Amino acid sequence: MLRSRLIPTLLVDQGAVVKTVQFGSPTYVGDPINAVRVFNDKEVDELVVADIGATSRRSAPNFDLIERLANECYMPLCYVGGVRDEFDVERLVSLGIEKVGLSSSFVQDPCVLSKAAQRVGSQSVAAVLDVKRNSSTQAFEVRTHRGQEPSLYSLRELSTAVEQFGGGELLVNSIDREGTGTGYDLELIDHILELVQIPVTLIGGAGSLEHVFDLFHGRTPIGAGVGSLFTFKGKFRAVLLSYPNMVERLELFERLK
Amino acid sequence: MIGVVDYGLGNIPAFLRAFNQLNIPVRRVTQPEDFKHVSRMLLPGVGAFDWAMLKLNASGLRDELELQVKDLGKPVLGVCVGLQIFFESSSEGSQQGLGWLKGSVEAIKVSKGRVRLPHMGWNDVNGRGEGVLLQNIASPSFYFLHSYRVVLQDIQLAKGVAHYGTEITAVVESFNIMGTQFHPEKSYKAGLALLKNFSEVTPSA
Repeated sequence: MLRSRLIPTLLVDQGAVVKTVQFGSPTYVGDPINAVRVFNDKEVDELVVADIGATSRRSAPNFDLIERLANECYMPLCYVGGVRDEFDVERLVSLGIEKVGLSSSFVQDPCVLSKAAQRVGSQSVAAVLDVKRNSSTQAFEVRTHRGQEPSLYSLRELSTAVEQFGGGELLVNSIDREGTGTGYDLELIDHILELVQIPVTLIGGAGSLEHVFDLFHGRTPIGAGVGSLFTFKGKFRAVLLSYPNMVERLELFERLK
Repeated sequence: MIGVVDYGLGNIPAFLRAFNQLNIPVRRVTQPEDFKHVSRMLLPGVGAFDWAMLKLNASGLRDELELQVKDLGKPVLGVCVGLQIFFESSSEGSQQGLGWLKGSVEAIKVSKGRVRLPHMGWNDVNGRGEGVLLQNIASPSFYFLHSYRVVLQDIQLAKGVAHYGTEITAVVESFNIMGTQFHPEKSYKAGLALLKNFSEVTPSA
């Protein structure tokens, strides 16, 4: 029985792990290599590393750092940030990245997914969409370049394009929920799950394992991207990398049956 | 000495690291001459069937690999698309595979209900018959990432299966030719245990 995936999501900027809230107010968390080692020990399901600096500055991936991270990483690794084309994708996969996420470059030209998939297979090509609710209408809107730019296309158009152009996974960042610990946007995930038949991962808002349970419960196997919950502890938000142990995970999956 | 065949595809660093963790001597195979130093081979694989075959054919390693496996009978473990290219062809592409295993490689289709594809994540593998790769693995749960599955002509060769809408052949053992559809190099203790089993396997004649 395929299980849903519980995925620590690390944001990096200029070689350091950072954490943001609703895509703003970045705080320094620590060294990414160290973070990978901690998550290795905890045997996490998958890891997402997103270079938010590369995305906002429109610069290329930091291949040296990524290679070092991939070499340390015992778990399946998804890299996002600054990926420009199918050549970047192929290079990243050859460095040991299992899945490469394209965001702005996909919105600019969805063909990049199929070109990349031809080389590395669609299972290794993911698209990332950053979604914000319109403040007045609450309708879902897609934004690119780390939330800076609005997209001309709707969430529906872009989601279905991911699948049509051969993407193997859709990662959705919920900008409004990020760093807030107020729970996942369940309307958002249900909307997306109806639009595509590829695996989906939702990132943003997990404040407790109960939120993860709520996301997984009653749905096809999906990915839960978790940032703050696995990065900080306590009301003063001290940095403490954590992950549920085997017992806690078994309990979670027992409850889902 | 295990040789990880570097034909331009697959997570070679992860395999090298895994065998190092197990204290099993391992090296990359990049030239045909390298094969004489190894007693068994690992063929990694990520990606599309056609791309994998094109890369293998262009690597200059194919002929020697075939000799090592078919003539010398050295054990070989194919991982993911590395296993798929052991077959004659795949419905994913148009390239000819190695043809060492009879059967087909097809898109995962389910007869009832629906599953999301690719098959992505951790799934349980149940042992079948008298396989060696899954021996003594306490919790045989492994990481899968694929849209195509292998269908063996001789189902007796399937030594491990997973379930995802339909039966997924997860472990294949045919004398010295073996393979896993999942990624042992990314499956923690279960993966390491499987790689250790592979390093100790003595294929029956």
